Amino acid sequence: MTGRMTRPVLAACLTVLVLLALVPLLESNYLIDLFNEIMIYALFALSLNVIIGYSGNVSFGHAAYFAIGGYTMAILLTTYEWSLLPAFAAAVAFSFACSAVVAYFCTRLTDIYFAMLTLAFSMLVWGVAFKWRSMTGGDDGFVGVDVPAFIAERVPFYYFSLVVIATAVAVLWVICHSAFGRALLAVRENPVRAGFVGINTRLMRWWAFVVAGTFAGIAGSLFAMVHRGMYTESAFWPESATVLIMTLLGGMYSFFGPAIGAASLFLLERLTNEYTEYWPLVLGTILLAILMFLPEGLAGLAQAVRRQILRGR
Amino acid sequence: MLKIEGLFKQFGGFVAIDDVSFELLEGEKHAIIGPNGAGKTTFFNLVTGHLLPDRGSVAFQGEDITGRPPHRIVKLGLARSFQRINIYPRMSVFENVQVALIARERQEFRFFRLAAGLCGPETNGLLELVGLDEEADELAGELAYGKQKQLELAIALAENPRVLLLDEPTAGMSPSETEEAIRLIREIADARGLTLLFTEHDMTVVFGIADRITVLHHGEIIASGAPEAVRSDPVVRQVYLGEEEAANGAA
Repeated sequence: MTGRMTRPVLAACLTVLVLLALVPLLESNYLIDLFNEIMIYALFALSLNVIIGYSGNVSFGHAAYFAIGGYTMAILLTTYEWSLLPAFAAAVAFSFACSAVVAYFCTRLTDIYFAMLTLAFSMLVWGVAFKWRSMTGGDDGFVGVDVPAFIAERVPFYYFSLVVIATAVAVLWVICHSAFGRALLAVRENPVRAGFVGINTRLMRWWAFVVAGTFAGIAGSLFAMVHRGMYTESAFWPESATVLIMTLLGGMYSFFGPAIGAASLFLLERLTNEYTEYWPLVLGTILLAILMFLPEGLAGLAQAVRRQILRGR
Repeated sequence: MLKIEGLFKQFGGFVAIDDVSFELLEGEKHAIIGPNGAGKTTFFNLVTGHLLPDRGSVAFQGEDITGRPPHRIVKLGLARSFQRINIYPRMSVFENVQVALIARERQEFRFFRLAAGLCGPETNGLLELVGLDEEADELAGELAYGKQKQLELAIALAENPRVLLLDEPTAGMSPSETEEAIRLIREIADARGLTLLFTEHDMTVVFGIADRITVLHHGEIIASGAPEAVRSDPVVRQVYLGEEEAANGAA
């Protein structure tokens, strides 16, 4: 989490970007869909980590903003026939506004109280999506999102998604490594001390929450387009748990950790489903292993290995 | 500089600070001493906004700051360090000091200004001042205890305070570390024209730095004045110095 992007990290990012851009050449619909999904969840997990890894609070309700972005996008594109850009801008703005209001209440609290309040608000969002049938489709889901013609096909949409997500991740990287990001780390590390050097810790945590909610909204609006629909499951609490597990698996003390976590979890799930139907059992075991042996996740493990190698030289 | 009137604070039925009035003059190096539990740290917490007083007022440079949050008080030029180590353990030594500068320069809401190198020269200057320039890239949590205390001091200095409150700056240090710390604090305070208010129970430190001493006992001020006057005050000798000196066998 130093402030500069070191050469190896930059090289790794570019390599991943190029590899992702090459995925459609494999001409496998299965793989294109899988990687699109992974990218969306990677952004979702990275956004959650602004709250967890950077501000030091745990959110149990991050799916709410993903769903808000998704439903807004779906409804504006389809019900109100907005074009892509205004709909996208509105989805992002609405995620921003909703997280701003919720953050106002949540950041009054810390620790488990904060976590529980985020959960409560996410259940509220789920309740609205579930009950407001005329607008959201209720538990049947919002089916049949009108995606603009130029990205209606699978491959163009994949590239659209790649560009949006890469840009969003780059912006998020800058925010996390900015003066704001640095001060936020101090709030995570020691809120009392941070207050005594002149940092308004509550306002910092408010901003962290809003940034996280906004970027989750971006991920959600892409999700609505790739699936041509939005469903209440996306707002339900297990979804918040999934993205939390991705973040922990990848490593909350590393900027890219959560993205690695998202990719690993998706690939593991697909792989496991080839052999057995007991994915939850595997997931539970993985979670147990992380908490017991890898508190800093896969990224932390990678760093430890690298340190060992450097030391061995 | 700092004027405190009728300060009162109780926790449950326990009166921690009992109607304390006190004035800190510009440029002085003022020690607050007293046995454990006398209320020294509570007093600091009240002055710096970490605790709310039940009664009484705190004024800094003529401005009433009673009840203001710490982050606003520090911006006025009143910084503090802590008795127990209070740093950012998972950040580098450099970053620990840099964050204080970012806050002082009100850059903490700059979302698109990369932190790398921000306030670099001043951060390095402060690290050099407290003798931590070689440890700049180490994780603060992995420093030796004495060095963490020095880092604590650097963070407080980064706020560019006019008044510096130090809560037991040498607590837990070895005798040689203590000596070094006294020299450093005195040097910095003189060089920067700082007004210093500190608590301490090591008498070497107190007499090594202070030019005025206030004695706190059961939350009340029982004496205040020049070191020699306080040292010979019979009440003080009885409740505090007497015990201490008897224990140490010193005169």
